[in-house]
Amino acid sequence: RGKMAARLSGGENRLVSLPLSRIRVIMKSSPEVSSINQDALFLTAKATELFVQYLATYSYKHGRGKEKNALTYSDLSHTAEECETFQFLADILPKKILASKYLKMLEKEKRDGEVGEGDEDEEEDEAVEDIR
Amino acid sequence: MAERPEDLNLPNAVITRIIKEALPDGVNISKEARSAISRAASVFVLYATSCANNFAMKGKRKTLNAGDVLSAMEEMEFQRFVAPLKESLEVYRREQKGKKEARKDKDKKTDSEEQDKSREEENDDDDERMEEEEQNDEEEVDN
Repeated sequence: RGKMAARLSGGENRLVSLPLSRIRVIMKSSPEVSSINQDALFLTAKATELFVQYLATYSYKHGRGKEKNALTYSDLSHTAEECETFQFLADILPKKILASKYLKMLEKEKRDGEVGEGDEDEEEDEAVEDIR
Repeated sequence: MAERPEDLNLPNAVITRIIKEALPDGVNISKEARSAISRAASVFVLYATSCANNFAMKGKRKTLNAGDVLSAMEEMEFQRFVAPLKESLEVYRREQKGKKEARKDKDKKTDSEEQDKSREEENDDDDERMEEEEQNDEEEVDN
């Protein structure tokens, strides 16, 4: 009961930290949405907080950043790719590749286009690995 | 002060705090990671809203309600959120109710009866007003 009282009193233990007004702005940017009742607004804000916690902890747990006691972009990107629940984030958290590898990919595509079936010369062009 | 009408970003300080509290002490969070999580959170809101809205439409309602949001969480495979959300909602509702009653009590102590009456009506309409405001916005805003 003490915990709940602390949550209601504000500060770090308040019920929700994300500002409802901002959450509402984002929700309203959806053209199909007409009205949002107060409870729905609160729940969305709270759910977003839970989501942030979950994304952070999941990525940390399954990523390699923790080898250096860190949470890195790569960890997040990896989560978006590997975990089905977070796949809706794949487009905004793309994997990163070295520029040199990307250029090689482009060159290979171009060669494949010109020759037809594609040369198997450059076997070193494996599936691109992301940098960690 | 120029106001950007559609700032779809969430405040950095709050996002950072939520992340820090979730992770073990002392873990570094790169600026890039923080920024990425913030963007992800905004996308989450949009996705959840869209999903909740589908449930509202199924129910032939124009107003998103709590049930729609909870159904959206299940649909999005975030069932784990449902129980804690329900719990928080209960606390929130009690909080809101408490506030309303506090306001009513305060009003009773004010001078004229007329003032009391009009203010009481306002209080009752508080939740309704939010919806009405929404509708008014829709009429005025250019899309």
